[in-house]
Amino acid sequence: MEIQRTIKYEAELDRQFAYEIAQSPGAETLFECIQCGACSAACPVSIYMDLTPRRVIAMTREGFKHEVLSSLTIWLCSSCYACTVECPVGIKVTDVMYALKQRAIKEGYGPRKVLTRLLAQSFFQAVKEDGRATERKVMLRLYRRAGLDHLIRMAPLGLKLWRTGRLSAFGTERIKNPAEVRTLLECLEEQEGGKSP
Amino acid sequence: MKGNGEVPRIGVYVCDCGTNIAGKVRVAEVVEFARDLPGVVVAREYKYMCSDPGQDLIKRDIQEYNLNRIVVASCSPLLHEHTFRKATAEGGLNPYLVHHVNIREDVSWVHEDSDEATRKAKAIVHGAVLRVAWQKPLEPQSVPVRDSALVVGGGIAGISAALTLAEAGKQVYLVEREPTIGGHMAKFDKTFPTLDCAACILTPKMTAVKDHPNITLITYAEVEEVDGYVGNFKVKVRKKPRYVHEDRCVGCLECIEACVFKEPRFPNEFDLGLSKRKPVYIPFPQAVPPVVTIDPDTCLYLRFGKCKKTCVEACGDRNAIDFDMKPETLELEVGTIILATGFKTFDPTRTPKYGYGRFPEVYTSLEIERLVNSSGPTGGEVVMRNGQKPKRVGIIHCVGSRDKNTNPWCSKVCCMYSLKLAHLIHERSGAEVYNFYIDMRTPGKGYEEFYNRLAKEGVHLIRGRVAEVTDAPLHPEEEGKLIIRVEDTNIGVVRRIPVDMVVLAVGLEPQPDADEVRRLFNISCSTEGWFLERHPKLAPVETFTDGVFVAGACQGPKDIPETVAQAQAAAANALALMDKGSVEMEPNVARVNEELCSGCHICIGLCPYGAISFNEEKKVAEVNEVLCKGCGTCTAACPSGALSQNLFSDHEVFSEIMGVLL
Amino acid sequence: MSGYAYYPGCSLLGTGKSYDESVRAVFEALGVPLQELENWNCCGATAYSSIDECTAFALAARNLALAHRRGDPILAPCPNCYLVLTKTQRYLEQYPEIRQRIVQTLERLGLNLGHDVPIRHPLQVLSETPGLEAIRQKIQKPLKGLRVAPYYGCLLARPYPIVEDPWNTTILEDFIRVTGAEVVPYAYRTRCCGGALTGVVREAGLRMVYILLREALRQGAQAVVTTCPLCQFNLEAFQDQALRKNGIQERIPVLYFTQLLGLALGLPPKKLGLHRHLIPFQPQRKALQEAVA
Repeated sequence: MEIQRTIKYEAELDRQFAYEIAQSPGAETLFECIQCGACSAACPVSIYMDLTPRRVIAMTREGFKHEVLSSLTIWLCSSCYACTVECPVGIKVTDVMYALKQRAIKEGYGPRKVLTRLLAQSFFQAVKEDGRATERKVMLRLYRRAGLDHLIRMAPLGLKLWRTGRLSAFGTERIKNPAEVRTLLECLEEQEGGKSP
Repeated sequence: MKGNGEVPRIGVYVCDCGTNIAGKVRVAEVVEFARDLPGVVVAREYKYMCSDPGQDLIKRDIQEYNLNRIVVASCSPLLHEHTFRKATAEGGLNPYLVHHVNIREDVSWVHEDSDEATRKAKAIVHGAVLRVAWQKPLEPQSVPVRDSALVVGGGIAGISAALTLAEAGKQVYLVEREPTIGGHMAKFDKTFPTLDCAACILTPKMTAVKDHPNITLITYAEVEEVDGYVGNFKVKVRKKPRYVHEDRCVGCLECIEACVFKEPRFPNEFDLGLSKRKPVYIPFPQAVPPVVTIDPDTCLYLRFGKCKKTCVEACGDRNAIDFDMKPETLELEVGTIILATGFKTFDPTRTPKYGYGRFPEVYTSLEIERLVNSSGPTGGEVVMRNGQKPKRVGIIHCVGSRDKNTNPWCSKVCCMYSLKLAHLIHERSGAEVYNFYIDMRTPGKGYEEFYNRLAKEGVHLIRGRVAEVTDAPLHPEEEGKLIIRVEDTNIGVVRRIPVDMVVLAVGLEPQPDADEVRRLFNISCSTEGWFLERHPKLAPVETFTDGVFVAGACQGPKDIPETVAQAQAAAANALALMDKGSVEMEPNVARVNEELCSGCHICIGLCPYGAISFNEEKKVAEVNEVLCKGCGTCTAACPSGALSQNLFSDHEVFSEIMGVLL
Repeated sequence: MSGYAYYPGCSLLGTGKSYDESVRAVFEALGVPLQELENWNCCGATAYSSIDECTAFALAARNLALAHRRGDPILAPCPNCYLVLTKTQRYLEQYPEIRQRIVQTLERLGLNLGHDVPIRHPLQVLSETPGLEAIRQKIQKPLKGLRVAPYYGCLLARPYPIVEDPWNTTILEDFIRVTGAEVVPYAYRTRCCGGALTGVVREAGLRMVYILLREALRQGAQAVVTTCPLCQFNLEAFQDQALRKNGIQERIPVLYFTQLLGLALGLPPKKLGLHRHLIPFQPQRKALQEAVA
């Protein structure tokens, strides 16, 4: 049996983290959380999470940056907004999850076994190239990055979709002037000082 | 068989009380049983006897069946005896010819088994039927109620009650133990949840008390003796010498300036020792009465008989200072009494794990109230005993509350005042504040919103009972700090939080002398020591002693709005009594059969109410019916059987016992 | 006005192809004009918000600007697109600083964001024009005896519901009833299908799909009707795995509400993209079987 010391010293916490997250759109009322757990109860995925959404909010508020950003929870959120509409103090928990995901990607967190992060990145690349997120392209990119076994496992479904004509026709996937979208994104990135993951 | 020779015609009424009684007791069976008892003419079951149709049953039957005795078996006589006496009287009988027995609290609510409960209900009804036959018509005595009131305690409760009574034109005596009125509220800086300044809302009330023609303010004084009864209390008040004539002192404070002690040296009680005072002092600038007091324990002249008496010199022609002043006893006669003796805060040395007294930077919440107060020892600056401003402050809730090792109750005001202090500390010092709570309890108008506001202000709200406050560091950041160890139960991790200052949100307790006070006024206390109200819901300001009312935190933890509401309710109850002008006394008093009395004096010494005296002429004992409370002590003790008691004659008592046992 | 500015979104080009086909077919049959928003780009979806919310808003904003230039309301059949476009519009009103940055960037592309381009879902549009009564008149092949579970999914119900009272709405049920089909009670009508989890956290995703399908089967539904390409895809493409894992042999077709409507209007199945489904929908055969039984 192995034991692990779990005490938390204040010096290990990031005191600014809460304020930074609370500045994201939708997270303004983060500090008003009354820890009622409505978000966790409403969440259909919370049963798979290592930290329930309520705990994520509590820990974010108290500066447990490392724990929150390395949690599976933020990658399990399926953006169904059940928590957001239930929150009695108006925290848009879904938006908080987005803010945490952004932070995690930026700072290189994100557990390998969860593909959500890779999906987001594949999606981002596709949109940047084509202006649209062609599923075929995004998925191919995702599973290529995730590993061959993933690609093989998804192959039969891909084949079926191809047969029924549900993989987008070549030519529709790209807008006429993807450069315009690229310009749009790059303009914003410049303002932010280079943000692409 | 009967006292006055008439043949008993008894009506028995057994109440279902919805399912309260009928759910356990087979009421129909009890009624069947009662019908066959001697003297019973009619027996009925009814869903709610206390309802108008229930009472009408009694009235109608008295007429129809020519009843002369009534038995009602329902709830506690404390609740409805009066109801059924009134119904009986309205039916045309003397109201003391009804006997009310309790088959709810005494039977259905306390028994599991239906058979047993039904059997017990029958026994009780049987006893009642046998005893009621012996009951005699009685006439209650009416006594006048004086138009004056005593209010004990000059905190916000006493002040509010006194002002309400005085405004209604009653003569009020307000007695306060301390040199000034104002109580705890005078110590506060701001009040939750509105954050209005405590002094700004309290001092006008204090001044109003001082200036009101109907209020006699007696400070630095304590009630010593209470005699009499509702409407006619005789109260002795002992006034401690303040060595200053209140009528001559103008509050110029020149004596303080002139005192031989150049610097204040003695802990100022009002600031809980956080500031110093001289032997001659005024607790705070807006004290009422606005006069100085000389403390005999620290004044050189009063202690050693030797001093230059520069204070007397400074006072000059006003001659307000009088070192020969002696304690004085005032005798007051009042019709009603309101007790508003308040609370004390929990002494945190009883929870040594939090380091109060051991670490200088651990404070009680009351100390912080003074510290953040603009008229407090630091002028409102949050400066610690070590002279520094705290960067991080931990406020520990529930100190001495919700804990079987100290006090099991929730002190009700601590969550809110802790949030208030968090706000004030942060506002005054910029410190980061942590609140450690078990549950955040904020019921009250605008309270939850205040909690929400504090959360928004970024106060750390950590759910968990603090285990200890220590100064032993385990991490470099903890050096020189007080470390609070707590399980953050929201997060599920044990944390060590280093702070500069710890505030203990001490709970509320009964005054240490609450038990003596309750004996003095002949009222009851709960096991915790809070004064007991007559009924927790329906008579919250009355006590079991007629004419004595309670207000404020002496009855249980309360915040200011609740205290004021209760004080004004107590005043309204007292007013109702005084404006009616008279009260009817329960005629269950003791009587002396002068022919049997041997004049042995035994009863006189035993009577707890001083109601029995000795008639030297006739050489027999005499009962003052107004003072007699009908406790029965004398009746039981009388060796010659000369004493008997209305409603509890031997016939009545023995036949009831017989009925229950048969 | 050249009709609704039709914004199919990326899914309707691929896995949701039949949603695209059936929306176009039904709108045509009902005489409601729509024309694809030219040169539209990806709305950003959920994935993009995980990268950076400002650029996510920018992507959506470009489409709003395109529609604003054209002067037509946006028609967005994909609830995710509907949400992202709506949320962007709301947030850009709420956060002037972000709006400022995006407006400036769009201006460099010669686009003007505008403030209030209406963003609408086909359920909303068709319930007004031509309206349920008019549709009822045009029903040619009522789907009598078909038991349908109405499944809204998350994003039409929250956080920006397409109807005033999402708890009590019957907008989707009303459409199903118009086709002559029967609506079964469906407690999970706004529960999440798992979204992208089926692809990235398979176990959780499959469980969520299973919960939805099991309840539909328990209620005796013969088809699930959806309004969302991702819901349709999850419930259909992962159905076999989700149900097999839990020992359930039955399979249940998952249709778009526009397909159901199209069938009742008498449109040919092929035009509605029914041939693209992995679990075939053969109501006639099923009804026949039942009639025999």
